[in-house]
Amino acid sequence: MQIFLPIADLSVNLFVLLGIGSVVGFLSGLFGVGGGFLITPLLFFIGIPPAIAVATGANQVVASSVSGVLAQVKRKAVDFPMGFVLLAGGLFGSALGVWVFSRLTAAGQVDLFVQLSYVLFLGLIGLTMFWESVVALRRANRPGAPIRRAHTHNWIHGLPFKMKFRASGLYISVLPPLAVGALVGFLAAIMGVGGGFIMVPAMIYLLGMPTKVVIGTSLFQIIFVTAFTTVMHAVTANTVDMMLAVLLILGGVIGAQVGAQVSGRLKAEQLRILLSLLVLGVAVKIAADLLLRPSELYTITPGLLP
Amino acid sequence: MIRAALLWLLTSLPAFAASEDIVAGLSQNRVSITADFDGSEILIYGAVKRTAPVPEGALHVIITVEGPSRPLTVRKKERAAGIWINREAVQIASAPSFYAISTTGHLRDILTETENLRHQITIPRAIRAVGISQQAQNAPEFLEALIRVREAEDRYRLRERSVQFTEATLFRTDVVLPANLTEGLYRVRIFLTRDGQVVDRIERQINVRKEGLERFLFNMSRDQPLIYGLLSLLIAVVAGYAASAAFRFIKR
Repeated sequence: MQIFLPIADLSVNLFVLLGIGSVVGFLSGLFGVGGGFLITPLLFFIGIPPAIAVATGANQVVASSVSGVLAQVKRKAVDFPMGFVLLAGGLFGSALGVWVFSRLTAAGQVDLFVQLSYVLFLGLIGLTMFWESVVALRRANRPGAPIRRAHTHNWIHGLPFKMKFRASGLYISVLPPLAVGALVGFLAAIMGVGGGFIMVPAMIYLLGMPTKVVIGTSLFQIIFVTAFTTVMHAVTANTVDMMLAVLLILGGVIGAQVGAQVSGRLKAEQLRILLSLLVLGVAVKIAADLLLRPSELYTITPGLLP
Repeated sequence: MIRAALLWLLTSLPAFAASEDIVAGLSQNRVSITADFDGSEILIYGAVKRTAPVPEGALHVIITVEGPSRPLTVRKKERAAGIWINREAVQIASAPSFYAISTTGHLRDILTETENLRHQITIPRAIRAVGISQQAQNAPEFLEALIRVREAEDRYRLRERSVQFTEATLFRTDVVLPANLTEGLYRVRIFLTRDGQVVDRIERQINVRKEGLERFLFNMSRDQPLIYGLLSLLIAVVAGYAASAAFRFIKR
């Protein structure tokens, strides 16, 4: 059954969209990520224009993050003050990202920039995660090996404007969380992702937050950044397709719950290796598109150059 | 006196009016894009009305269906530092979003270049690309690429000998409008040609509009972008909340 998308101006199979939504939802429930980094490239592959894929992807991440954060709030695993500091940085980054996005759209280089960001960040995160998991698996098989401490004192603790974060048990400057928030907000706007896959490692390794509050806090602030991004894209470029979003969300929220069920039956290290392989797979596919000669060298975009 | 005038009128009438006129109709002059829109088929039919015997030479029919024209930019990818990126760009003043030609014979046999120029019938003629030669080294290639890409998308098509023409009088053809249709007024032109010359032409219009939910969402996204954005968010938040609430309910 075909369905016509009013903003994207094209007709897509309903079940393809529900399928994409539920597969991505399944993976996000399985791994505890928003899934934006998967949904946006998948939308590119089925022919949704990049600008619409990015804006609508952000809207979908709002839904999956809300779904995820509620469970975390119940477990008291959200550090609200930290969330707000990250958010302040995130809103700034997001506004900057939306501005850069519209400039690049005008210059005709937005596809390239989005693709390069994907290759760079997914490749980096995928490799790091893969390496970490392999090391962790080896250590698990070889008991007695020294355990690395996540929370160590470094230059970050020498910065001014210190603040107490009770839930995280931290007393650090607000500058690093602001910077992390801004970077993730920027990426959210450009790549149509929540940025959880960057936020989570940054919180653990850069800010030294305890793992139990990381996912909840990251989801909490991602909701607001992606919500802000969605509205910004809707207002500046009219690129949010509500019909597309609803179908993705419908598949997504169901898939996410099934994924969360399955994840309880797998080991954490195995999960992380699987996730890192998935992330690397997406990065390699996008890199191949950039490096191989495309079958059609010419592209058509509506409108004239400004 | 009156009788003489009538006689004069009768004998001289064919000399004034065109001897062959098109009478035509469309199966529908309105296409609604609704949520389940999956393309549409339009039947274009008609007849040739004559007030005199059929003149010498084979008669042919050319039917064009043309979607609203828009300016657009064609970009070419080039290899730079190992990756393929957009480099040269050519701006086309206006190109139809959809263009289909159906004919009774091979275009080059049934239409002269002069008549094509005058009525702008073939696909390259339907695209207005003035002054593109200064914009890039190989500007005509960009134009060819535009036609190639749009033909692959089934937006531009030339279907020769797809018009049924019975006894040089009755004609009919079906034109399939694709699912990725642009809104607007579609112009249908029917030409009657003999020896490459256009004998008669008529124009009809098809109004393609988004309807119902599609119309509502599209209008709101343009007229009330802030409310539209907030509504998208509300849907996302409610869906997320409902999913986790439903799941807790099932789990219990």
